[in-house]
Amino acid sequence: MSEPQTALQGATAQGFVTVSEDGLHGMISLRGDLNDPKLKAAVAKLTGAEVPAAGRISWKGDRGVAWMSPDELLVIGPYSSAGKDALVLSKALKGVHHLVANVSDARAVFRIEGAGFREVLAKLTPADVSMDAFGIGQIRRSRFAQVAGACWMLEEGSARVVCFRSVAGYIFGLLEHAARSGSEVGYF
Amino acid sequence: MLLLECPYCGVAADETELAAGGEAHLKRETVGSLDAEFEEYLFMRENPRGVHFERWRHAYGCGKWFLAARDTMTLEVFGTYPAQSKKPPKAIENLIKKKRPDWKGWA
Repeated sequence: MSEPQTALQGATAQGFVTVSEDGLHGMISLRGDLNDPKLKAAVAKLTGAEVPAAGRISWKGDRGVAWMSPDELLVIGPYSSAGKDALVLSKALKGVHHLVANVSDARAVFRIEGAGFREVLAKLTPADVSMDAFGIGQIRRSRFAQVAGACWMLEEGSARVVCFRSVAGYIFGLLEHAARSGSEVGYF
Repeated sequence: MLLLECPYCGVAADETELAAGGEAHLKRETVGSLDAEFEEYLFMRENPRGVHFERWRHAYGCGKWFLAARDTMTLEVFGTYPAQSKKPPKAIENLIKKKRPDWKGWA
């Protein structure tokens, strides 16, 4: 069997912040009624994290749940167990109207670390990434230059950017360029 | 730049994150409708200079449709509300009436 690879083989770039491609993530798309107690229980049992409120992401250990839309969650976990986890979810949701899909290979994830990470995001997206609007535990789906993407924040001083795998090279180029030393704006 | 608040996400979405869907609150004609009514439904659109109700989709976000009430001349946004609404919420209607006393009503 061939080994799973990330889109850019863990590319990194150092500017006034560090941009690096994150490792493989297990990602499961889950659609259904997010208020359904059975769905809530299934997600909590698998991830240990609560179903998040609108625009938020909850995290526990190496697993998380992100709010994508009023009827969609992104369940994040280890890459190796994503296929099994998807089966666990669909079994637990038997009889409940839902959709579960393992989309782990569909996306690429980038880490932006450093005090100026908000600057890098703000150069590329129309989303409000100021401290008031984008803080720990929040996810914002938006666009980065010309492609769709999302960013979330789990800790102070860094954010993750997630996009479709097919545009990983484009997004990395954008982030690397926006993070070049000497191009700080100093707004935040 | 037009900023509309998505009623589902609660975020202020930029115009470039949204897809415009034309006029809101159209009545769909169906079997048995007259040709003139079909013509009205398919082709005839308001194009006001002032208060207007529009459909928008949060394309780069949650992907849901919503409706917005805004002024096409000043770009002032009176409010946004879910696409499942048959008519604008009373609060938005009252706000428009207060700000535009000569407004003739939404229908």
